[in-house]
Amino acid sequence: MNIFVCISHVPDTTTKIIIGQDGKSIDRTEVTYILNPYDEFAIEAGLQWKESKGGEVTAVCVGSPEVKETIRKAFAMGVDKGIHIVTDSPFDSYGTARALADTLRERRPDVVFCGRQSIDYDGWQVPGMLAELLGMPAVTVVSSLELREDGTFTAERDIEGGKETIVSRLPALISAQKGLNNPRYPKLQGIMAAKKKPIEDVPAVQTPPRVRVLEMFKPPLKSGGRIVGEGAGAVPELVRLLHEEAKVI
Amino acid sequence: MDDALPGTDFYRLDDMLSEEERLARATVRRFVDERVLPIIEGAYRDGRFPMELVPELAALGVLGATIPEEYGGAGASNVIHGLMLGELERGDSAFRSFASVQSDLVMYPIFRYGSEEQKRTWLPRMARGEAIGCFGLTEPDHGSDPGSMATKAEREGETFILNGSKMWITNGSIADVAVVWAKWDGEIRGFLVERGTPGFSSPEMRGKHSLRASVTSELVLQDCRIPAANMLPSARGLKAPLSCLTEARYGIAWGAVGAATMCYETALSYARTRIQFGRPIASFQLVQEKLVSMLTEITKAQLLCLRLGRMMDGGTCTYAHVSLAKRNNVDIALTCARLAREILGANGISDEYPVMRHMNNLESVRTYEGTHDIHTLILGKTITGFPAFR
Repeated sequence: MNIFVCISHVPDTTTKIIIGQDGKSIDRTEVTYILNPYDEFAIEAGLQWKESKGGEVTAVCVGSPEVKETIRKAFAMGVDKGIHIVTDSPFDSYGTARALADTLRERRPDVVFCGRQSIDYDGWQVPGMLAELLGMPAVTVVSSLELREDGTFTAERDIEGGKETIVSRLPALISAQKGLNNPRYPKLQGIMAAKKKPIEDVPAVQTPPRVRVLEMFKPPLKSGGRIVGEGAGAVPELVRLLHEEAKVI
Repeated sequence: MDDALPGTDFYRLDDMLSEEERLARATVRRFVDERVLPIIEGAYRDGRFPMELVPELAALGVLGATIPEEYGGAGASNVIHGLMLGELERGDSAFRSFASVQSDLVMYPIFRYGSEEQKRTWLPRMARGEAIGCFGLTEPDHGSDPGSMATKAEREGETFILNGSKMWITNGSIADVAVVWAKWDGEIRGFLVERGTPGFSSPEMRGKHSLRASVTSELVLQDCRIPAANMLPSARGLKAPLSCLTEARYGIAWGAVGAATMCYETALSYARTRIQFGRPIASFQLVQEKLVSMLTEITKAQLLCLRLGRMMDGGTCTYAHVSLAKRNNVDIALTCARLAREILGANGISDEYPVMRHMNNLESVRTYEGTHDIHTLILGKTITGFPAFR
């Protein structure tokens, strides 16, 4: 089975984000990067399918030379090969999906796994666009997955207020939701072997951006709480404020 | 508040680590956060070693990390080994002790002094966590002076008969194999004694106020008969067990920094949120002084560890270098634990916080694997040429 996992290189959730001088980008100097957490579920899904059905798992990442470190994290978990689609400037979701599609199309994937979103720009766009460009069905935000011998699979996806069960057939794109599996810890032997595994460099075709970043700013700091009274007497006022001002009830 | 330190790497030592070193450490840190911290207070309270985590610990590659791959290890550097042990002890000294004993006191002597058959029999199983080892050197009457041990081995045909007792043995009651040091014709030799061998028992020692999540046992050998092939062929004299201790003390030097860091980070976060006299106690000079001295000592200890590890990997490290780091780092870790406990006030003694547990554990770490004072004397002898202990 020819399994691909699209991964992304994102700022650590504990990193303090500083807006760059231009007001349109992130200052990257002090930022530590991690493998996008949702992609860990995608990698684990790929590894489990490989372990039960055979084949190999290839991780694909679009970005600057630093993303190789993230590809090697995927190697440490057990991924066999890596493809680095090299760009100097960050792509928007469509540019990323195009670059991935151009690279994956000729390699004839049986399945493409993605994380449901990357936690940097939180676009949720790439999996759907990529599936469309590859002409594959997309099953997104998948929290349970079962593959059958005939190449059909059943996926459960999280939807507003419930679950949706979908039956589809490979080749397909599946984006992973938290809870799909328990991603394995990289084994030390895997970490040591990671630098020996091959990463293929592929130049990215520049796509004119469809999204223009006008401005970046941090959300305003939370202001302090307000005490509206004490005891049961305060309840009507609290209810009124929650209804009229906060509009949450 | 906004510019406060996120992690505890004040001198950016991360810049001096390779990508794989950082990933190895991050992996164990995550394991400790997700698997150890949620259960450790309960295990400590119950006086129970969490055996259920041993397979996971083994799957990480922590056990016998520096042993070559052909024997089931990872062939990793000493720096990686140290970084991982530091993260384990950030969880609890019991985990680091377990890993130190397994890796440095049992797998190491089998690898260095064992026969090919002994290596093939034990090392892969021990790396997988399927066999557990312990190290029997200390005796009830011989602690700092192991050369005077009373345990004896006698040869009879193709067997050795062992008699004696060992005390304060980490992993003793859960071990499948014990490396027992005993005198044969007046010379110290190492013997592999398997669990279940007639004449061998390993009762657990109870009543500890420290290392409660670790198994500590006696080893009792009464006319215990083992095959002659169970002797480690190349281990001769006191320097053999001492070489194992050098390995383990190296790991303790890193481990202690992990415990100190946990205490410091707990105290820092507590001080920033605990309000007294209308403001966070972190804003008071006396509290800041404590936090700054903790960070200073931790930073110095981190520098010692990394340099020691690089020397160990480069082959220029001596047992005296290891003594200095073990002595210093455990000492400052205990100081940090006490300062943290003071910053936390009454909360410092509660098991809602990890501080008192670390403090109690570190009391053992201070005197095991060579007491603080013995390391002083080792260093004293190294720099003056005069041994003060004999």
